[in-house]
Order: sequence, then C-alpha cells, then structure tokens
Amino acid sequence: MSDDDLVRRLRSGDESAFAELVDAYQSSMLRLAQTFVSSRALAEEVTQDTWLAVLKGLDRFEGRSSLKTWIFRILANRARSTGAREQRTSPVDVSNEAAVDRRRFDDGGVWSDPPAHWSDEIVERLSSGPLVAKVRAAIGELPEGQRAVVTLRDLEGLSSKEVCDVLEISEANQRVLLHRGRSRIRARFEDELAKR
Amino acid sequence: MRLPTLRRDIVCRQAVELVTDYLEGALSRRDTRRFEAHLQACDGCEEYVRQVKMTIRVLGYVEPDDLAPETRQGLIELYRQFLEA
Repeated sequence: MSDDDLVRRLRSGDESAFAELVDAYQSSMLRLAQTFVSSRALAEEVTQDTWLAVLKGLDRFEGRSSLKTWIFRILANRARSTGAREQRTSPVDVSNEAAVDRRRFDDGGVWSDPPAHWSDEIVERLSSGPLVAKVRAAIGELPEGQRAVVTLRDLEGLSSKEVCDVLEISEANQRVLLHRGRSRIRARFEDELAKR
Repeated sequence: MRLPTLRRDIVCRQAVELVTDYLEGALSRRDTRRFEAHLQACDGCEEYVRQVKMTIRVLGYVEPDDLAPETRQGLIELYRQFLEA
C-alpha cells in the first residue's frame, strides 16, 4: 500500500486504512513520545493529539517525506512542546562528554585499561531476561536528545536522513547525539557484562 | 567528530570518538584509512568497535510495547468522530 493510496483512503473515510496506520505506528509513536514527556499517560495524550493533527492535516501532506516520517515529525514537535511546558525539556546537549572514561587511557592516549572481550557473547547473555530490562533502563537514562536519536535510528531503524527530518536537526548534530547515546549504552553493557 | 589536526597516527583515545563517524561513512577517505590502520594494529580498539556494533544490534531487538486493544479502539473512535465533524 503506497502512502498516496493510504492518504486517499483516509480522506474517503476508510476505517480499515486508519486501523492499518494505527497498527503500524502507534506503539512506536508512544515510545518516541515518552522520550520527551514524563509520564505514559501524557505520552498517550500526545499520540492522540498527533493522530487528530494528522487527520486534519492530510490535505497538507505532499509526499516529500514518507507518511511515517511526516507523522513522526508532527509527534516529535508536539511531544517536545508538551515536555517544554512541563519544563522537562533540557536545552540542547552541549556537554563535551567522552565516549570512554579518559582515565582508561595513558598520557599518550593509548588504552591503559583496554576493553575486556565480550562482544562475542553479548547477544547470548542479553537474551537472559533481566538484561533486556537493563537495556531498556539504559535507553531510559539517556538525555532526551540522545534518547530520541537512538530510539529512531537503532530501535526503529530509520535512516539518518529520516531522523534529521523527524527531529529537525542537522546531520552533524544527529551524529553527535547518536555517538554519545551509543557510547553511553555500550559503557552500560560493559558495566553489566564485566560482572562475572 | 572531525579531527583535521590529525597528522599521523590515531591514538586510542581519538579512535573511540571516531567510531560513529566511521560507521556512518562520515570520515574523509584519509581519516578512514588511518582509522582502519589503527584498528588493525590495536586489539583494544578492534574489540571496542565490535562492541559498538553489537550494541547497535542489541538495541534493534528492543520492541515497543504492544498496542493495547482499548487504545486501538479509542483511536478508531477518534477517526469516526473526525469524519462526522
């Protein structure tokens, strides 16, 4: 089903077309909304407002981005302004955080405490229940911008261009947020997997 | 993060900051060559990059919560109201 077909069916009052969209995107929308607002209830409200805005704005959908990206952008905007009203939204991430604790390198910048080898066993070890919960917790602890980018790129599988479209950020900013977010999560995995 | 001042070899502390640019294909050809040369020579950084790749893979396994039937029904209700309005 192409986006144009879907839009046409939505305009003509085809309920199954709407249900199709809800089934495809609502869960992901809720997850994205939760990166910007404090409670699940508020995130649900934001998704509902977004659906209404999507329906009202159908005539303005020009197909320059995919329907999915367009819907997610409306959602991100709304979630962000709702988060700002809660005074939860943090200003742009300007910290200069290191991917790895600098104390793990010697004065010349060479590893003095190199990473233990666990990349081969991570999937196996993460499939045990409690670690999956820890992955979710690690994502939840990321600062807002990093969390939004990691969620869209690595959890939803959007391309970098789509992420930039949805969050209205530059490619360079997207890469910085992605880098910091992934680095933090890797460090969390390291803490977990180092416990033996 | 671009490191234009990088004249010769990359050290580990720099390499860990270049991983994402490398994986995104955002490094210049010259920096890509230097980065890969460093990985070949450095066991710690080679493992580090593997860990980042596995991290990305594991993140891909995290599914959103299932859609609650009452939420679904509520949204379809919303669509009906929109059509009537």
